[in-house]
Amino acid sequence: MLQKVYDWVDERLDITPLWRDVADHEVPEHVNPAHHFSAFVYCFGGLTFFITVIQILSGMFLAMYYAPDIVNAWESVYYLQNQVAFGVIVRGMHHWGASLVIVMMFLHTLRVFFQGAYKKPRELNWVVGVLIFGVMLGLGFTGYLLPWDMKAVFATKVGIQIAETIPVIGPIAKTFLSSGEIIGAQTLTRFFAIHVFFLPAALLALMGAHFIMIRKQGISGPL
Amino acid sequence: MHRGKGMKFVGDSRVPAERKPNVPKDYSEYPGKTEAFWPNFLLKEWMVGAVFLIGYLILTVSHESPLERKADPTDAGYIPLPDWYFLFLYQLLKYKYAAGDYVLIGTIVIPGLAFGALLLAPWLDRSPERRPSRRPVATGLMLLALISITYLTWESVVTHDWNKAAQQGKIITSKVDKKDPGYEIFKGQSCIGCHGSELSGGSGPSLIGTGLKPEEIMKIARKGRGAMPANAFKGNDADLKKLATFISKQKK
Ligand code: HEC
Repeated sequence: MLQKVYDWVDERLDITPLWRDVADHEVPEHVNPAHHFSAFVYCFGGLTFFITVIQILSGMFLAMYYAPDIVNAWESVYYLQNQVAFGVIVRGMHHWGASLVIVMMFLHTLRVFFQGAYKKPRELNWVVGVLIFGVMLGLGFTGYLLPWDMKAVFATKVGIQIAETIPVIGPIAKTFLSSGEIIGAQTLTRFFAIHVFFLPAALLALMGAHFIMIRKQGISGPL
Repeated sequence: MHRGKGMKFVGDSRVPAERKPNVPKDYSEYPGKTEAFWPNFLLKEWMVGAVFLIGYLILTVSHESPLERKADPTDAGYIPLPDWYFLFLYQLLKYKYAAGDYVLIGTIVIPGLAFGALLLAPWLDRSPERRPSRRPVATGLMLLALISITYLTWESVVTHDWNKAAQQGKIITSKVDKKDPGYEIFKGQSCIGCHGSELSGGSGPSLIGTGLKPEEIMKIARKGRGAMPANAFKGNDADLKKLATFISKQKK
């Protein structure tokens, strides 16, 4: 049955080459933890991606309850955490995932760095990876404000003050981030938009590029 | 791939009529114990993922994600703290040569150099050598960065007053009757700035359950006490009386 459906689609759209492209790539012995225990260091990149998927899914569920305005934001999070069935789990996964993804990404970066895997011909993939790191930190910074509790507002205040000290672009960055003189209603909607639309879009594009490059070049050889 | 004359298509589309076989590549001639990604390796990867997910869920269930009280941007006494992975940067800015007149060193020079060097690593470290021991400069600089980040984060954690932090962020369910005429007066006076809109304290102590009599409170409001300035109350005695009675009524 499934085969019939596949053949029906394949006849019309020729999806076999596409599918073989995704499925057919070799996993060399030196990255396979089944053969060398030390190869677990190659898991960090995959785990980063795994948590990213969890972040996107849990974030979609959070958005079903969250209200991005200063009157209701805190109340909506409080309600989600205390009243909604499994709300505490969904928010917990998003909260802890945000930390874990930084840890995993950091370990992945260190693995690539210490193995010198960023060298020719993989320079571009390294640059894209560092940009992903920056986007992730941006997601962490903007997401921290959204519950609109005390720590959120004051950490953001400090963050924006720090950005403001930078000559020339500082004041522009401040206006862009806080959308005005104070951290208030517009800052929250702006951070919300950056956190759920702009940065995830950038992240997905960069990750796509990261994966296409690694498929094209293959994983770096053993040391 | 078939090209040129004799190509057959499905209907009037550009999809070739000739089907390609859907068979996995053969890796038996590859060096070492090379394995196919799909499905062999992916299944193993999923096992690692499952173990990781269990740990992740245990963490989630055992530690509820924190939520402090609703933001009150006017509370000047609050000591801010960023999320843990920004702590090292926050700590850096507390040092003399990365703050005040030198703040640019802390906010742009050091982070800019570090991030720039990371981004441009492939061009800064150009030798084909990959082993960490064969490229001591790159390895050394990264280790130095790691040690600095760890040290700064550590310093930031041990110097932060965690008890106070937990206290200042606590969600207080309000028992204060905000419709009381006493509260109206409280709100209009300077008191609210130091003792908080819930009377639960800020830079001044909590006014809930002080056990003070209205007369004593009136005296403190006029004359001050300790760190509390004199003449904090501005207005007539009748209002002060109402305010003092209201505060003395607040029980824990
Ligand atoms: C500048 C900040 C500030 C302002 C404004 C202020 N207070 Fe205070 N208040 C304090 C501090 C600090 C203390 C603790 C004094 C001490 O004992 O060292 C205090 C103590 C008190 C106490 C004693 C609490 C106890 O448990 O012993 C009362 C009552 C009080 N304030 C009432 C008021 C009232 C009423 C007003 C408004 C008219 C007011 N305060 C305005 C800072 C302030």
